[in-house]
Amino acid sequence: MKTVIEELEQRRAQARLGGGQVRIDAQHAKGRLTARERIELLMDEGSFEEFDMFVEHRGTEFGMEKTKIPGDGVVTGWGTINGRIVYVFAKDFTVFGGSLSEAHAKKMTKVQDLAIRNRAPIIGVFDAGGARIQEGVDALGGYGEVFTRNVLASGVIPQISLIMGPCAGGDVYSPAMTDFIFMVKDTSYMFVTGPDVVKTVTNETVTAEELGGAKVHTTKSSIADRAYENDVEALLQMRRLMDFLPANNESGVPELPSDDPEDRIDHSLDTLVPDNPNKPYDMKELILKIVDEGDFFEIQDQFAKNIVTGFARFEGRTVGIVANQPMVLAGVLDSDASRKAARFVRFCDCFDIPLVTLVDVPGFLPGTAQEYGGLIKHGAKLLFAFAEATVPKVTLITRKAYGGAYDVMSSKHIRGDVNYAWPTAEIAVMGAKGAAEILYRSELNDPAKIQARIDEYKKRFANPFVAAERGYIDEVIEPSATRLRIARALNMLRNKHVENPWKKHDNIPL
Amino acid sequence: MFKKILIANRGEIACRVIKSARKMGIKTVAVYSDADRDALHVEMADESVHIGPPAAAHSYLVIEKIVDACKATGAEAVHPGYGFLSEREAFPVALAKAGIVFIGPNPGAIAAMGDKIESKKAAAKAKVSTVPGYLGEISDATHAIKIAAEIGYPVMIKASAGGGGKGMRIAWSEKEVADGFNASRSEAKSSFGDDRMFIEKFIVNPRHIEIQLLGDKHGNVIYLGERECSIQRRNQKVIEEAPSPLLDEKTRKAMGEQAVALAKAVGYDSAGTVEFVAGQDKSFFFLEMNTRLQVEHPVTELITGIDLVEQMIRVAAGEKLTLTQKDVKLNGWAVESRIYAEDPYRNFLPSIGRLVKYRPPAESCVGGVTVRNDTGVTEGGEISMYYDPMIAKLVTHAATRDAAIDAQAEALDAFYIDGISHNVPFLTSLMQHPRWRSGNISTGFIAEEFPEGFVPRAPEGAQFHTMAAVAAAIDHKSNLRRRAISDQMGGKPVRFASARVVHIGKAVQRLDVSGGDRAPIYVTLVDEKGVRGKTLEIISAWSPGEPVWTGTIGGAHAAVQVRPMLNGVNLAYRGIQAPAYVYTEREAELVAIMPVKVPADMSKYLLCPMPGLIKALHVKEGQEVKAGDNLAVVEAMKMENLLRAERDGVVKKVNAKAGDSLAVDAVILEFV
Repeated sequence: MKTVIEELEQRRAQARLGGGQVRIDAQHAKGRLTARERIELLMDEGSFEEFDMFVEHRGTEFGMEKTKIPGDGVVTGWGTINGRIVYVFAKDFTVFGGSLSEAHAKKMTKVQDLAIRNRAPIIGVFDAGGARIQEGVDALGGYGEVFTRNVLASGVIPQISLIMGPCAGGDVYSPAMTDFIFMVKDTSYMFVTGPDVVKTVTNETVTAEELGGAKVHTTKSSIADRAYENDVEALLQMRRLMDFLPANNESGVPELPSDDPEDRIDHSLDTLVPDNPNKPYDMKELILKIVDEGDFFEIQDQFAKNIVTGFARFEGRTVGIVANQPMVLAGVLDSDASRKAARFVRFCDCFDIPLVTLVDVPGFLPGTAQEYGGLIKHGAKLLFAFAEATVPKVTLITRKAYGGAYDVMSSKHIRGDVNYAWPTAEIAVMGAKGAAEILYRSELNDPAKIQARIDEYKKRFANPFVAAERGYIDEVIEPSATRLRIARALNMLRNKHVENPWKKHDNIPL
Repeated sequence: MFKKILIANRGEIACRVIKSARKMGIKTVAVYSDADRDALHVEMADESVHIGPPAAAHSYLVIEKIVDACKATGAEAVHPGYGFLSEREAFPVALAKAGIVFIGPNPGAIAAMGDKIESKKAAAKAKVSTVPGYLGEISDATHAIKIAAEIGYPVMIKASAGGGGKGMRIAWSEKEVADGFNASRSEAKSSFGDDRMFIEKFIVNPRHIEIQLLGDKHGNVIYLGERECSIQRRNQKVIEEAPSPLLDEKTRKAMGEQAVALAKAVGYDSAGTVEFVAGQDKSFFFLEMNTRLQVEHPVTELITGIDLVEQMIRVAAGEKLTLTQKDVKLNGWAVESRIYAEDPYRNFLPSIGRLVKYRPPAESCVGGVTVRNDTGVTEGGEISMYYDPMIAKLVTHAATRDAAIDAQAEALDAFYIDGISHNVPFLTSLMQHPRWRSGNISTGFIAEEFPEGFVPRAPEGAQFHTMAAVAAAIDHKSNLRRRAISDQMGGKPVRFASARVVHIGKAVQRLDVSGGDRAPIYVTLVDEKGVRGKTLEIISAWSPGEPVWTGTIGGAHAAVQVRPMLNGVNLAYRGIQAPAYVYTEREAELVAIMPVKVPADMSKYLLCPMPGLIKALHVKEGQEVKAGDNLAVVEAMKMENLLRAERDGVVKKVNAKAGDSLAVDAVILEFV
């Protein structure tokens, strides 16, 4: 018996060494951690339980039968993050460059199946070279199996992808179908075809970083949701993110103890909106001042900054925040902002995370670039997402809510549950100047007359009371009491139950 | 007594005056410009009157508007505060014409002291000690030597028409006078075309000491001790204290009596201040008289227990001083720091913007220690470009100078401001300075001790241990919370090791941390050799999200400012500001592998300082530029900002063109 246990220990020790110390050192020299180190930081101390440690590939082509390494390039298993169950797979670059074989894919699909069956989140850590070419179609088949499970898990359990090294070819589509993608600056990249192929096909010379680095994907393509400085920072932030997310689509949001009083009054909010309607202010100040402990996990902080999305808590319970940002492009809705927010709203709706929407929007961005780029359909995505969402929806208009953008931003008319406005709110078809110039075109030559018309329009519509008189706004609230009012509204809506008509699935304008 | 007074000022001093008036049962009227619509002084006053646009020249400085505001509200008297109209002779004259009382000295006294030369003459006549010098024409070097010998060395030789240090010499001996006189004279001739010279005593390492006076309309004048204001930066007072660590009882009495003599000579009848320059040998010489309430008056109030604003109002109403000189007792020590909206890390450039967070330490009077904060702003207020950048005066009082400085240091530690840059880090750092603490100071203190400007210190010693303990306590509390999250797996709760490695800036501290969420936390520091130190009990009511951690660490009180960052907190304590990360031992091992990223050298780039529109580009690729040359114009918020070259160079690449809309820190130009 003793020798058998010793053999187990030996085999384990060998498996844990992955591709060997030389490759581990090489990985470290590149500023990257190994798969097991990453999992160690991600999970609670000692909570990780590894599966399939001894799995080896069964390939025989191109001399593969001579090189077998236990684990076969991916570490899989489960553990806890602050006591909550999480499944994980992490590509091991030290073993066959993390490339995907049939056996490797089977390890992944095993934990995917477990995660779906047991309704707990799954985190994938990517650092790999793509398909194992020696295996041919077996590798491709393996990818397909992984993809299918990504799709089936979508909307059932949170799926998170961490890109911590190369991620190319077939490897990119699994992360692409997960809920969030996080990258590490300077040491990770993602693309369908790499710089060499690009050079051959299009004659374009481009580096991996320029083609698919963290900066590109967080600022230009919006593929990635956040980028971090290094592996440790990214992994610790994943722990923080998981504290916001529900285990699955039926569990409800987690609750974190907090001492932050829900009735905390903040008088500085009374002066947040400047007297001058054209002067910007920072919507993030409002977010940080009303949520629990000023703790806000922003999603896509570097992309379409004219809208802010992210997770926060009220009374310890997670909410999703969508907020126009007057500091950037006056908070206008354009294609990028609409797509960004729509995807975030749909994530929240999938997982029963209430939505708090903070509105200061001058409308949709005009111009050929926007129209040619499909603003109509992109804008419709956000409208669709808000309208179909059945989670509690609390909306606050701080200043402008003009035109169609008013409707889109979780208004009463698309099933907003509680719609508040600050006294500084202006709800109208458009700004007073534009409106007067259209309504009184004949008086355009007379500046005094047109000014009088502008003032008249302003007086009538540049306030929240017309909307409040009609019940489109439930209550005009004092800015200083915003936290209390939103917290109460969310509390009141805790047992909200609404079902959309039965359908196979909807047909959102993709 | 008046029933209603108007305060012709803004900011902290307007609030200060309102407080005393309210205490006396007098109604108050505030005046405000467009920029001050939501200001604290407007909120505090019983009534307020709008007096025009933001620029002071069109609002706070317009005498007619103040007079009209008095008439409109029925205010019987006006307190001018300091600055603005406080020392304009025309103001009390105009008020008197309208039958309104000026809460300040009579116009004659203002006029007498307003002119620098006239006031010196008046001082000399009243037998006040003035700087010895020779104002007549000096014929040659021999004459100069004779005069210098009469005055006593060292002396300063100055060109009558001089300025900017030209034609000026300091001489410590006959030879230096001889050489210096001729050199200065020829310099004066070539620079100013005027070779008239004069000589006066040069005071080595001078100190700024001033006497607070209080007079009434019945010929009584008393002095309320002195204040020392030697800690100045470019003639702007930064820290004041009362009493002065230099003076003895005899010198104090001599200065006080001379000041009173001067005041009596000019018929002074309100609160006022006689400023002296003092040598380290306790010699002192008249500088000027300020015919108003001084910014730094609170230090005098705290050591005398006299409310100067109340006294000013009473004497203005014609009351006789109820105090006599022998009633004035100096008690304990008071220190005042001026909190300015200026960036100590960027050569004290003024900073404007919204006070996103403004949490001054609580005012208190506990165990013989008083903390007072005279402030004119509130959280959410706006620091505008139109007025003085001083936003508050933090004053502490205790039995001894050391205790008052300690109290000041701790109060500054808790002074939390976000949204604008401010000098609190500089002030807290200054409070630790051994030379300041020794009292061996002069007006050159800041220039001598901070020749390179303010460079923040790296954490070390006991302060580093305090910061490490606080970082560990914060992290531990947050961990305990996170481990109490709902929806956990059944069975035993998550366990975690107690060993932690704290990184603060570049310094590392190993420690053990344990304890409860609502119970004391215990931290044991472990040194590099693994030797465990004493276990410190940490007691604090701090909760995540609060800006200032206050509590005791092994019985010692501390206030540390906390600003959240990714995976850590930025801590500010005793002028040290540093990011703090608390890792498990394993995390620390792996952090060590992480690549060190050197921030890109941006000195070769011209960055867009704010989100805005490029209005114009003044340079082309390959063009040579000199420091100060115009490079580009960025329009933001309808303001055109001219960007200039910081040093000589050649433009390598132009990355933007006129009409481009750029984000903050976008690269406009690259230099070779």
